[in-house]
Amino acid sequence: MATIKIDGKQFEVDPTDNLLKVALSKGFDLPYFCWHPELHSVGACRQCAVKQYKNEDDTQGQIVMACMTPASDGGCFSIEDKEASDFRAQVIEWLMINHPHDCPVCEEGGECHLQDMTLMTGHTRRRYRGPKRTHRNQELGPFINHEMNRCIACYRCVRYYRDYADGDDLRVLGSHSNVYFGREADGAFNSEFSGNLVEVCPTGVFTDKTLGAHYNRKWDMQNAPGICTHCSLGCNTSPGSRQGILKRIQNRYHGEINHYFLCDRGRFGAGFVNREDRPRQPLVRADNGVLEPQDMDVMLASLKSVLAEAKGLVGIGSPRASLEDNFALRHLVGADNFHNGMSGPESHASLAALALLQEHAGRLPTLRDVESCDAVFVLGEDVTQFAPRLALSLRQAVRNEHHVLAEAANIPKWHARAVRDEGQHFYSPLFMAVPAATRLDDVATELFHLRPARIAELGFAVAAILDDAAPMPANIDEQTRTHAETIANALKTAKKPLVVAGTSLGSEAVLTAAGNVMRALESVHDDAGLFVTLNEANSLGMAMMSDRDVDHAFEAITSRRADTLIVMQNDLYERAQHGKVDAAIKAAKNLIVLDHSMTATIAKADYVLPAGSFAEADGTLVNNEGRAQRFFQVFIPEAPLQEGWRWCADLNRAIGKPVDWYGMDDLIDAIEAACPQFAGIKTAAPSTSFRKAGMRFPRSPHRYSGRTALYANVDVRERRPEVDVDSALAYSMEGYHGSDQPPALMAYAWAPGWDSNQAAITRFQDEVGGHLKGGDPGTRLLKVDANVPDYAPAEPKLVEGWQAIPRYHIFGSESQSAKAPAIQQRMPRAWFTLNEAGAKALGLAAADTLRLTIDGEIHALPVTIDPSLPDKTIGVPVGAHGLMGVRLPAAVSP
Amino acid sequence: MFGFSTDTLLDFAFTAFETIAILLAVVISAALLIWVERRLLGVWQDRYGPNRVGPFGILQVAADMIKIFFKEDWIPPFADKAVFVIAPAIIMFTTLMAFAVVPFTETIGVVDLNIGILFVLAMSSLGVYSVILAGWSSDNKYALLGGMRTAAQMISYEVFMGLSLLGVVLLAGSFDLRTIVESQAGMWNVIPQFPAFVIFFIAGIAEIHRAPFDLPEAEQELTAGYHTEYSGMKFGMFFVGEYLGIVLISCLTTVLFFGGWLGPILPGFVWFALKAGFFICFFVLLRAATVRPRYDQLMAFGWKILLPIALVNVAITGAVVVAMA
Amino acid sequence: MLSVLRTIWMTLMHTFRKRETVLYPEEKPYLPPRYRGRIVLTRDPDGAERCVACNLCSVACPVDCISVVKAEDESGRWYPETFRINFSRCIYCGYCEEACPTYAIQLTPDFEMGEFDRQNMVYEKSDLTISGVGKRPGYNFYRVAGMAVGGKDKGEAENEAAPIDVKTLLP
Repeated sequence: MATIKIDGKQFEVDPTDNLLKVALSKGFDLPYFCWHPELHSVGACRQCAVKQYKNEDDTQGQIVMACMTPASDGGCFSIEDKEASDFRAQVIEWLMINHPHDCPVCEEGGECHLQDMTLMTGHTRRRYRGPKRTHRNQELGPFINHEMNRCIACYRCVRYYRDYADGDDLRVLGSHSNVYFGREADGAFNSEFSGNLVEVCPTGVFTDKTLGAHYNRKWDMQNAPGICTHCSLGCNTSPGSRQGILKRIQNRYHGEINHYFLCDRGRFGAGFVNREDRPRQPLVRADNGVLEPQDMDVMLASLKSVLAEAKGLVGIGSPRASLEDNFALRHLVGADNFHNGMSGPESHASLAALALLQEHAGRLPTLRDVESCDAVFVLGEDVTQFAPRLALSLRQAVRNEHHVLAEAANIPKWHARAVRDEGQHFYSPLFMAVPAATRLDDVATELFHLRPARIAELGFAVAAILDDAAPMPANIDEQTRTHAETIANALKTAKKPLVVAGTSLGSEAVLTAAGNVMRALESVHDDAGLFVTLNEANSLGMAMMSDRDVDHAFEAITSRRADTLIVMQNDLYERAQHGKVDAAIKAAKNLIVLDHSMTATIAKADYVLPAGSFAEADGTLVNNEGRAQRFFQVFIPEAPLQEGWRWCADLNRAIGKPVDWYGMDDLIDAIEAACPQFAGIKTAAPSTSFRKAGMRFPRSPHRYSGRTALYANVDVRERRPEVDVDSALAYSMEGYHGSDQPPALMAYAWAPGWDSNQAAITRFQDEVGGHLKGGDPGTRLLKVDANVPDYAPAEPKLVEGWQAIPRYHIFGSESQSAKAPAIQQRMPRAWFTLNEAGAKALGLAAADTLRLTIDGEIHALPVTIDPSLPDKTIGVPVGAHGLMGVRLPAAVSP
Repeated sequence: MFGFSTDTLLDFAFTAFETIAILLAVVISAALLIWVERRLLGVWQDRYGPNRVGPFGILQVAADMIKIFFKEDWIPPFADKAVFVIAPAIIMFTTLMAFAVVPFTETIGVVDLNIGILFVLAMSSLGVYSVILAGWSSDNKYALLGGMRTAAQMISYEVFMGLSLLGVVLLAGSFDLRTIVESQAGMWNVIPQFPAFVIFFIAGIAEIHRAPFDLPEAEQELTAGYHTEYSGMKFGMFFVGEYLGIVLISCLTTVLFFGGWLGPILPGFVWFALKAGFFICFFVLLRAATVRPRYDQLMAFGWKILLPIALVNVAITGAVVVAMA
Repeated sequence: MLSVLRTIWMTLMHTFRKRETVLYPEEKPYLPPRYRGRIVLTRDPDGAERCVACNLCSVACPVDCISVVKAEDESGRWYPETFRINFSRCIYCGYCEEACPTYAIQLTPDFEMGEFDRQNMVYEKSDLTISGVGKRPGYNFYRVAGMAVGGKDKGEAENEAAPIDVKTLLP
């Protein structure tokens, strides 16, 4: 700890921090541009100038840049000093010289860091009357809009895009005062994390194109604390809406998960909420076979008789729906008739993942912790496509070597440029045993392109080398042993090794192998971590709720044990071979579907109830580390569309099963009572009755406008304010918004003088870039189990002959985001992939059509050559852009 | 018939008629005052005032009355209902009763009581209850504060009012108002009793809590004081009661200090109306011109200035009367 | 005490003053052009809509009675898809006019907007748009702002240099 003085006040600070971070953490308003808590200091913009004094008697002082000044003991600084503040005002006047006069037509206006800083420095009137520099814009694809005139050349975008996210297609072009930030040619950014440019850019050069299409200002948004539903990591988001339209997804800071950044799927994948083809009325299949809208009461009455006459109910839940929705269905059909909604292999893999997580519950690093791991072994996961945000964290993990070298050279950790120069191309080890090339290859130390079983074999071997007690797989070849030794060595010598595995390959063996590696590491290492990725946002929660998959459900229907199928927010055609699904639906007397999006299952349903998506419902999701997180309703949808669990409550009442869930609190209590494994989800967020100073918490910023005119064309009398019976949030700008707010109920970030999302959050953190005041939200459900089981036998079950393996894509493999228009524009073409030898063996050239029989169903797709694939391996695109319902890996004979 | 002589019956009938006529005249003039005041305020504030309903807007009164009659008869749920209803009736009752002893001309006047002045003072004292009860029964902090202020203000100023009248009584040698008027045939009391006149008039304003002494209903501090919770015709009674008070004090001033109906040429009734009308207009002028004092200033003014002057006036008048006798 | 009498005397003397008020509606007073009555939406000198749907009027409005929804034409020009004002809530404070960066909103001396049905007090863009420039001749926001819109490319606005060619190495 060091003691420094700022403007005469004394503070205890960390001497390894720079003064800017310290000043912001202590609540000072000090303007800055090029600095960012994650990108650190380069001292380029000269905006954070302060006075530094030699000692307390020094009255002269000298101007220094706060971001480049260590907060070392005894330091004496002044922010208010006249010379320093004049200097800052001058700097911003220079920066603003070429800034166009277009705030009114800029999407950034109202949450613009540049606006904030000009106001903070007091530069409110332009003096420069000369000609302004102009630039031509580029067309940057469906996500991001480019308006280069607004650039102040702070270099934050390239520092984020190139140095942090390792992208290579955003560059600084031109020279001297003509620098240009863009791509070599028009086109979408390659990086999967380009959306963060919208928030990283302090002004309106990069703005959210999906927001621009139905724009409104930040102050007019009705937000809610959200959880991303597009992968298992559970990044925190802040969805914004107005007039019942979901406008955008913004990052919501979570100190242990996503902190400042999201992936593009999370940021731009929510467009499915606004789709016209969503079911918004109860639909019933008429005699002519067409789904027709039905009045809610009539519908419930007819469902009452359907359920009463049913010979047996089968409920299929969904790993993309909340615990609440699933539990409500489970209650309706009975625990024994409830199914977790995953396909057989997916369910088995998820259960294996759950078991693995439970075994190592004490060693599960958070996504943020991953960034500080200095040796990583990835088993099977193509993280960029499967759990994208993890790839960004792994990219930071490999840079730990830079920090080690920098520390040795006595370079402070915040000195970004110097740390990079010192680190050069020395990276911490990252080993990836994956079926084919991934987008993370550029930072990998070594790549092993193997089939799933061989990946497991390598894992078992690594475990056996780390710990002699671990079994070595039989007949292991020399090459595998060498690789395993390299990996084991790196993991052993690292300070904080990390094992990443997951369910993407649908291979239990890979997870078992990861378990052995982890156990072996624990025997030699105190600080080993395990990171497991799953298929969907609530896959882990569903694995915890039920071990019965859709195959059990189909079996119950086709064996005539039950005749009524109720599906909650799930598309059965994603979960099983289409023939099997068709057969089950045909066998079922009634198919009742509750969903928010149009699916192939709805097209076959007899009754459809419109359920709320994440934007129209509250719920709890369990992410890949077992963290239960609550998301909240962003806006109230037009009736009769309502939460899935409310439909189930209605159905329960209709068939005379008394339920006392009138709000979320009741339902959560019921879940905790019925399922002890979910004990603690209640604490994931404060209850409905929670108040601060007697107040609820606002969904909208205090300057929310137009309330008396928004709906005046319909009725000039203002609508009654909506009351939220499910949470302590308010559907208005009224309530308590401040740093003492519980983070789980923080719908948006704003602080006086700080309107931009990434800067305002500073006021809600215990220190800049640290944890949220009041603790990062969420409750971790997995408890440490002292009972450590023995090593699993090393039986990778190698497969000879042709094998089809799943290939994921960030845009397309997740079914909800695949319905978002912006994501659809970026979805790749569907190809079967195989290596050159394979193509030659099958007599195929690129773009030829390959007909492949998987599980008895024939699929035809053009082929493309991917030289990285192992021999006799066919990559199958899974998801909306490719094939759905195929069960992989599978032995095939092309 | 019932043992009454025809004379008695005629007398009774005449008195009853006279009573009703006076009652109507007084109430109608009080109601008209609503219009008169608004027009006069308009004149002094360089604007028009009500001018749309009927000639010169005189039917504004009728319009207001119709409106007030058809308003919802609302009693707040938290109020003490019986008292809440009775309170506005009391002020109407006591003020109208006081008119009974006012001699309008030699012949017109309901009754000549030999303790006329005491009767007026008694009635005006009873009027306090109206305001206090209204304030209390409303169960509203502003109303209660208004009521409390009224109690202090009215009880205090009653003292000076009574004392100021003693001089007049001494000069006339009677409490009977008719006798007092007749005793002014030579010289109006306002000349020998000028201090008494001033004190009486000021105390009169305070008694009927008109501007500038309208502290019980000071809008800026107490919303509407004791009648905050009143609406419809119950509010109307307070409203008309206030104007009745103006008429009463104006009539009494005329009777006690300005020779009542006495005057040359014109008939007595006209003289009375002219004199009383002058004071009524003066009341309005006061409202147009003066500012409300602070509460402590009001009390200090009464007890520290008016009381000594009144006492000295009584002493001097007494001395002079004794010396003259 | 004397001052009170003086006040009463001065007030009485007002009996002989001329009235300040007039009998509206028989007699209509003169209202200056900057009088704060009903708003209008003006057009720029080229005849195009001035409003760019920036929402600043909406946020400046103390009674929240303005609602603007932004739309964009093919050339990138912002314009209001809806501009709705609820005059039954409007307090004619003029903040919207002050906040308007393009001089689109201007208050006019028209205040005679009484209606029997409150619903008729809701005005839409078509009710508000006039065909002239109002009190601000000459100003055209898009001629000053840096965005390229139909009919004005980058570098063609006032005080703008031609767009940079990033491929040149010349200083």
